[in-house]
Amino acid sequence: MFSGAAVVEYPSLRVWERDEWPEPDSETSLQMLERMVRIRSFDKLAVNISKSGEAPGSVHPYVGQEAIAVGVCAALGVNDFVTSTHRGHGHSIARGADPYRMFAEVLGRENGYARGKGGSMHIADPDNGNLGTNGIAGGGVPIAVGGALASWAMHSSARVGAAFFGDGAANEGSVHESMNLAAALGLPCVFVCENNLYSISVRITKAAAQPHIGARAAGYGMSGFVVDGQDCLAVYAAASRAATSARSGNGPSLIECKTYSYLGHSTFSRPRKPQEETKLWMARDPIDVHREKCLSDGVITAEDFDRMAAEVDAEINDALEAARRAEPTPVKAMLEDVFETKKTLR
Amino acid sequence: MTELTYSQAIREALTEEMERDDRVLLFGEDVGAYGGVFKVSEGLYEKFGEKRVIDTPTSEIAIAGAAVGAAMLGARPVAEFQFIDFMASAMDQIANQAAKMRYLTGGQVALPIVFRTPAGAGGNFAAQHSQSLEAWFCHIPGLKVVMPATAADAKGLLKSAIRDADPVVFIEQKMLYSRRGEVPEENDFLIPLGSADIKRAGSDVTLVAIGGTVIRALEAASRLAETDRIEVEVIDPRSLVPLDLATIVDSVRRTSRLVIVQEAHKACSVGASLALDVLREGFGYLDAPVGFVCPPSVPVPYPSHLEEIYLPTVERIETSVRAAVAGELPSQDIMSVRDAS
Repeated sequence: MFSGAAVVEYPSLRVWERDEWPEPDSETSLQMLERMVRIRSFDKLAVNISKSGEAPGSVHPYVGQEAIAVGVCAALGVNDFVTSTHRGHGHSIARGADPYRMFAEVLGRENGYARGKGGSMHIADPDNGNLGTNGIAGGGVPIAVGGALASWAMHSSARVGAAFFGDGAANEGSVHESMNLAAALGLPCVFVCENNLYSISVRITKAAAQPHIGARAAGYGMSGFVVDGQDCLAVYAAASRAATSARSGNGPSLIECKTYSYLGHSTFSRPRKPQEETKLWMARDPIDVHREKCLSDGVITAEDFDRMAAEVDAEINDALEAARRAEPTPVKAMLEDVFETKKTLR
Repeated sequence: MTELTYSQAIREALTEEMERDDRVLLFGEDVGAYGGVFKVSEGLYEKFGEKRVIDTPTSEIAIAGAAVGAAMLGARPVAEFQFIDFMASAMDQIANQAAKMRYLTGGQVALPIVFRTPAGAGGNFAAQHSQSLEAWFCHIPGLKVVMPATAADAKGLLKSAIRDADPVVFIEQKMLYSRRGEVPEENDFLIPLGSADIKRAGSDVTLVAIGGTVIRALEAASRLAETDRIEVEVIDPRSLVPLDLATIVDSVRRTSRLVIVQEAHKACSVGASLALDVLREGFGYLDAPVGFVCPPSVPVPYPSHLEEIYLPTVERIETSVRAAVAGELPSQDIMSVRDAS
C-alpha cells in the first residue's frame, strides 16, 4: 500500500518529488474527474443489469480502478491508441466511447460496438483509438505492440500505444514477448499493468515471487514505474513521461499501477477478499482523492461537483434506456462480418 | 513464361507487392539480413530496409499479435513463422484475435494480414519441424488458407493474399523450395483465392492432392496411364478456405470416383472435411468408396527410411486409385494408430 510514495522509478527506486510531476492543465484535470465519475456511474449500472439477468453473461467492473484509465488516457493524444482488457469499460469510456453503444453491446443490440455480437469484452472503437477490449488475459498486449510497430515503421513513432493488462495477465507469455520485442525494437508503446492484487482468486504474492510488476522493466531494458493507482495525477505523471519518451524514439516503458477492484472480479465469479483490506482501499477512493485535490486547488466547488455527478448519472441512465429501446441484432447479422471480401467461389 | 524455383516465385511476389504498396511489411525470425532460413526473403532487407523487413526476437506470440496490431493501424503485414509447427505458440493471436477481430468489432476493421510459413515432411527435420497443420486454420472462421504446390501458384496466390483484406494463412512446402516451374511473365500475375486447378485432366478417377502431394499425385497419374490405362484427373485445390468445391464435385460427376491424398493425418483433416462435402453434394455420382491416402497417425519420424514410408508414396496413391476403379477400398491404405503402438 502506498501512502505518500506515489511515483517510484524502477530499478533505481527513486521517488519522484511532487514538483517534478508532469501535470495536466485545470481543464484536463476537471475532465479527468468527470470521466472517473462517468466510468463509475456506467459500471455500477452495468453490474446491476448483469446481476438482474437483463444483460446476458457477466461484466467485469472497473469500480475502484478509474484513476488508471483516466490518468493514462489523459496523457495520450487523439492519434494515439490503446488496447484494453476484459475489464475494459473504463478504458473505453476514457477514450470517449459512447455509453449508449456500450450498453447496446452488453444488451445484444444491433447498434452495439460489435453489433451486439461480442458483449462486454468486445468493445472496440478504432476511430477513437480504442483497438478493443479483449476476452483473453494478455491478448491485447501484442496487438498494441503491433500498432506501435506500424507507428515506428510508417509514422516515425508519432503514434503511441498504451497496452493495459492486469496482474494476472502479467504472467502470460504474450506479455513477456510483447515487452521484450517492444524494448528490443524501441517501439513507441507504454505497458500499463493494473495490479489490483488478485487474478480472480489468486493473490499476486502467490502468482509471482516478485509482487512489484514494475520491477520487471529492468529485465527488458526499459524504464519502469510503480505508481499509486488511486491517484489519477500520479498515473498521469508517469504516463505522460512514458508517452513523451516513446514518441521521442526512446522506446517503451512499463508502469505498474497499484489498485483494487471494489466489486470483485466479475458478476459471475466473486471470490471473497479480506474485509479489512477492502475497507483500506475503499478509504482511498480515486474519485474522492481527485475531488479533494480539485476542491483544494479551487478548480471546482462542492456544488459544481454534485451537479456534474447528477448530470452524468442522468446521462448514463438515459443511455441505458435508449439501449433498452434499441433493436436486437437481427439473425442474419450472425452470418455477417467474418470476412471483408465476400466474393468466394462456391 | 519464365522458369523460377518455388522459392524465387515467392520472393518475386513479395518484392512486387512491397514495391507496389509501401504499407506492406515483412517480419519474422531471421527474415532480414540473413534472408530467412530457407533463403526465401534473400535480398529483401537490402532492397527495402530495416523498417520494412524486420528481424524479430524468437517470439511467435508477439509476431502474430504484432501483425494484428499493425494491420489495425494501416499496415499490410506479412508475418513469417519459421516452421508451421511454431504457430502452435501463437494460436491465441491467430485464432482468437486475428480471425475474430472483424466479427468482434462489428465489421469496423478488416485485417489485411498474411501469415506465411513452411510446412511438410521429407527433409529429416523430425516431428516438431515437419507437420502439415492446415486443418487447424481451416477450422477457425475468419481465416483464409492457401497452400500452393507450384511456383506459378505460389506467386499468383501470394500476391492475391497480400492484397486480400482479410487474414490469410499462406502455407509453403519446404521440400518444394528449390523445385523449378513455369511462371507467367505478365505484369501483375494474380491467381484469385477460391479457385482450384485441374493439374491433369482425366476421365476415370478424381484425385484431389492437397499441398505438396500434388507432385506425387501427378507422377502416379502418369504411371497409371501407362501401365493400367487409367486416366486420373488430378485436382490441386490450392485454396483451402475459400474452397472451390464446385470444381471438385463436377469432376466427381464425370469420373464417379474420388481419392484424396494429403500429408496431414486423417483425423479432422481438410481431406476428411472434403470427403464429407463431396458425399453430401455428390453422393449419387460415386461408384466407389472415397479413397484416402495419408500418413499413419504418428509423429513424423526422423530417419529417411521411416520418413519415406510415412509420407504418401506414389505406390500407395496408385494402389488407392486402382481400388477406386475396382469400386473398393484398398485392403490397407491407412495405417491406423491401432497398428502402431
